[in-house]
Amino acid sequence: MDEQLVYLDNPATSFPKPPEVLRAMTAFTENVGANPGRSGHRLSIESARIVYAAREAIAEMFHAPDPTRIIFGQNVTDAINLALMGLLHPGDHVITSSMEHNAVMRPLRALEQTGVTLSVIPCAPDGSLDPQLLENAIRPETVLIVINHASNVNGTILPARAAGAIATRRGLLFLCDVAQTGGILPIDMQADGIDLLAFTGHKGLYGPMGTGGLIIGERVDLHRLKPLRRGGTGSRSELEIQPEFLPDRFESGTLNAVGLAGLNAAVRWLLQRGISTIHQQEQELTSRLLDELRSIPGVQVYTPPEKYRRVSVISFNIQGIEPSEVGFTLDDEFGILSRVGLHCAPAAHRTLGTFPSGTVRFGLSAFTTPAEIELALQAVQQIARRQR
Amino acid sequence: MTGYHYILVYSTSHALQLEKLLNAAGVATRLVPVPRHLSSDCGVCLRISPEGLETSRQVIAGSRIEIQGIM
Repeated sequence: MDEQLVYLDNPATSFPKPPEVLRAMTAFTENVGANPGRSGHRLSIESARIVYAAREAIAEMFHAPDPTRIIFGQNVTDAINLALMGLLHPGDHVITSSMEHNAVMRPLRALEQTGVTLSVIPCAPDGSLDPQLLENAIRPETVLIVINHASNVNGTILPARAAGAIATRRGLLFLCDVAQTGGILPIDMQADGIDLLAFTGHKGLYGPMGTGGLIIGERVDLHRLKPLRRGGTGSRSELEIQPEFLPDRFESGTLNAVGLAGLNAAVRWLLQRGISTIHQQEQELTSRLLDELRSIPGVQVYTPPEKYRRVSVISFNIQGIEPSEVGFTLDDEFGILSRVGLHCAPAAHRTLGTFPSGTVRFGLSAFTTPAEIELALQAVQQIARRQR
Repeated sequence: MTGYHYILVYSTSHALQLEKLLNAAGVATRLVPVPRHLSSDCGVCLRISPEGLETSRQVIAGSRIEIQGIM
């Protein structure tokens, strides 16, 4: 069967990837293959060079203070866990928003059981957050503000720079989850006041799954941040205690070097094309999609209409049909691949008033075409029409 | 030929970082396994020729890279 699929599940993982990513991963697997930073032979050194190049690319993308302050891990969840579990102690107070993904909420709820206290600042029904509310929640024992940069449910952008400024001014740390904005919106750790930046490689950065990391800013006291894993680093091997320096303090075990080869190629591809060019093109298509969806009788849209308030993540429902059924029909009859349900973010759905059924979500990428948007719109129109 | 000098760093990331700085300053470097008699470490270090030694010291002093030593 030659059915053309329309992939709109990019907020879960971007697909397809730039061909450069596949080429870099194939070349690594065919020609390099060795363990980075372990042995001293030429292939091991070449492997380490590729991993280091990925550090430099990520440092450039996010304006990290130094490539060695990038701690590579599996994904953004891994990075958030390192930051939260490594930093927080019983008695500490944390401020977060009601639009968070479970990658943030679940570790925080687990920490609550150990005596960490938590303020979840309610966002407006469209998911937006008044930064003044973050500041009002600060207590003497507050150590951290953590928010996502944009919602994975409806794309609403949260005020990261304002949160960073508050944290800097009040002597707190700011952890920003950029899962939905990395490679999409300009992010400058230093200008945005981000002390801990958690990113994933496989969404807007167009790298492969199994890549991501935490960038540790210079205001973070490294002795306060505990590693979650300890083990071999290829350095200070005479010692049975974990080395203190970066990135080795937090990077034990063999890295996903083939994945990082792909991530390196992906980020360089993005830097070369310019993220603002891609973003602009996505936003045009998103506006078209949103405008048309809103005009379909029986369709309710949960994503803000204004470009500056959202990324290309669109949530909607069709009155009278469960999102799961809409998603199945979109896939089965029309070949349109969406994500339905709660998107691992029950708090965000409570904020938007879409808990517990959830929504249907479309997300665009650099590879989404106007023709695909038209196909998606026609499909939603047809499904909605059947309800009337 | 006189012997080489070895710049011992704490990790491969630092070796690669320093290599870039040294190369930019005109010092030829080679990443080699840490000679056994210098350290029990299993990683790599930077090998330089004696004529690069002084520049290397200056580059290291002006960088934020901590080294274990130059042997």
